[in-house]
Amino acid sequence: MASASTFDKGAVQATGLRERLRPYRAVLASRARSQRAYRTSFALDLGSSLLVGLVELAEVWVIFSNVTALGGMHFNQILLVFGMADLAFSLADLSFGHLDTLPDFLRAGTLDAFYLRPQPILLQLITSDISLRRLARAAVGAAAMGIGLATAGVSWGPRTVALLVIGLASGYATFAAMFVWAAGLQFFLLDGAEMTNAFVYGGRYAASQPASVWSRPLKLIFGFFFPMAFTAYLPAVTMLGLPGPDWLPTWLGWCAPAAAVWSWVMGLLCWRWGLRHYQGGGG
Amino acid sequence: MRATARVYWRLLVAGFRRQSAYRLAALGGLVANLTFGLLKVAVLFATVRAAGGELRGYDTASMSTYIWLSQGLLGSVNLTGRTDLMLRVKDGQVAVDFLRPVDLQAATIATEAGGSLFALIPRGLPSVLLGAVTVGIQLPTSPVFYLLGVASLLLGIVVSSATVYLIAVAGFWLVETRGLQISYMLASGFLGGLYVPITLFPHWLQIVAAATPFPSIMMYPVDVMSGLGGVRGAADLVLAQLAWLAGVAATGQLLTRAGRKRLEVQGG
Repeated sequence: MASASTFDKGAVQATGLRERLRPYRAVLASRARSQRAYRTSFALDLGSSLLVGLVELAEVWVIFSNVTALGGMHFNQILLVFGMADLAFSLADLSFGHLDTLPDFLRAGTLDAFYLRPQPILLQLITSDISLRRLARAAVGAAAMGIGLATAGVSWGPRTVALLVIGLASGYATFAAMFVWAAGLQFFLLDGAEMTNAFVYGGRYAASQPASVWSRPLKLIFGFFFPMAFTAYLPAVTMLGLPGPDWLPTWLGWCAPAAAVWSWVMGLLCWRWGLRHYQGGGG
Repeated sequence: MRATARVYWRLLVAGFRRQSAYRLAALGGLVANLTFGLLKVAVLFATVRAAGGELRGYDTASMSTYIWLSQGLLGSVNLTGRTDLMLRVKDGQVAVDFLRPVDLQAATIATEAGGSLFALIPRGLPSVLLGAVTVGIQLPTSPVFYLLGVASLLLGIVVSSATVYLIAVAGFWLVETRGLQISYMLASGFLGGLYVPITLFPHWLQIVAAATPFPSIMMYPVDVMSGLGGVRGAADLVLAQLAWLAGVAATGQLLTRAGRKRLEVQGG
């Protein structure tokens, strides 16, 4: 009897949750439809996003056309790092990247409209858009990662699969948290929005590098405070069984989820702080 | 003639002053420049060391010079391809610009160049200074390089504004120029030597880069200012910039005239 009632409660909660998520799903579906409505334009967007990924890959390739190894990694090993980082970043950019437009909302005073709806403002903002074109860039990342996995001498087994899944999921969450973190700071910065580019886009750049080449201050900043080394480099090092550099031992790759949690805590704290600071558009 | 020069000088000063209103933006740019600069130092220094301390004429000191000069230039040259004019062509407001008794191309370039010159103060010089303090850079001793360097820097700024102008006026035919703008953003950064000096490119890619105006925007000014190729090399680069400026400016003038005839202003 008791178990039946818990079951009912669970079912009620599930439908309740589905009901509550329905408006978000409707908005996202409409955004996705609208982007595909103009086929040529969408194809061009996909093409340019693909080029972004390819040019980023070309930067790495140019360096490796001059040297055989960098920071203890060969090109195929770097492809794994680059691929994991870019795949996770592109997917985070696809779903969270539009948080970057918050200063436009703040300047135009249109953020106030979000207050009229009985839903959390951050959740509304996140689900207000989705940039499907970034799928093309994610595909470049996935391809690089695939080639890396196939050629870098990864020993396959449940351990490797677990690291890959944990690494990618945590990487996605960490990058997504960077966008939230940056958005929270935008309430204060407004015109200084570019400051957060240092750790959002600078972070992406850092994530695709072998962290072994970093100086100590960089290890502190992008190894731990903005935990970019945990998004791709460390899981890859653990997967490949390479010796880690100072401060970043090989086993640290397993701690990627902790980095994601830390980023979200910081991101949400900043968001709360920013939102409390916001005084409205005066409309 | 003197009156004309004064008009464009005024526009240049106006651009300079407009940019000076965004101080926090300049600080934001500086923080981003410094962060990217330090990450570039890490990777490119490691590359030079992996190559045995010397890589196609670069040691760590000259690599550092390249990194901080290029980071400093970043706020003053347009590598995104986005301009106000692009939007004005798209929504037809450019018709108002055509009514003014100034040349559209010259006025646009003068205003943009003014903003670029201002950006050197809060963003360009501090980037180079911070790089010099934290990592150290190597500057040429002969004053010739400084003279040529200033000329090359100014040419880089003007070539940059004249090239992004082409994207904006292509809007007379294309209307939506976003695709062109994104292509510019990708090509100018990569072929202009923002990420890796173009001397590190494979030979065929160096030829591709030299066939575009992009190195004139960033790589050549950086090379001239750092005095890497000697006086002769620096003078050649400045000449190449002048040639690109002539080509890009002439194309812009032709496109403006042809586009003006095509412009249809809709609505009343």
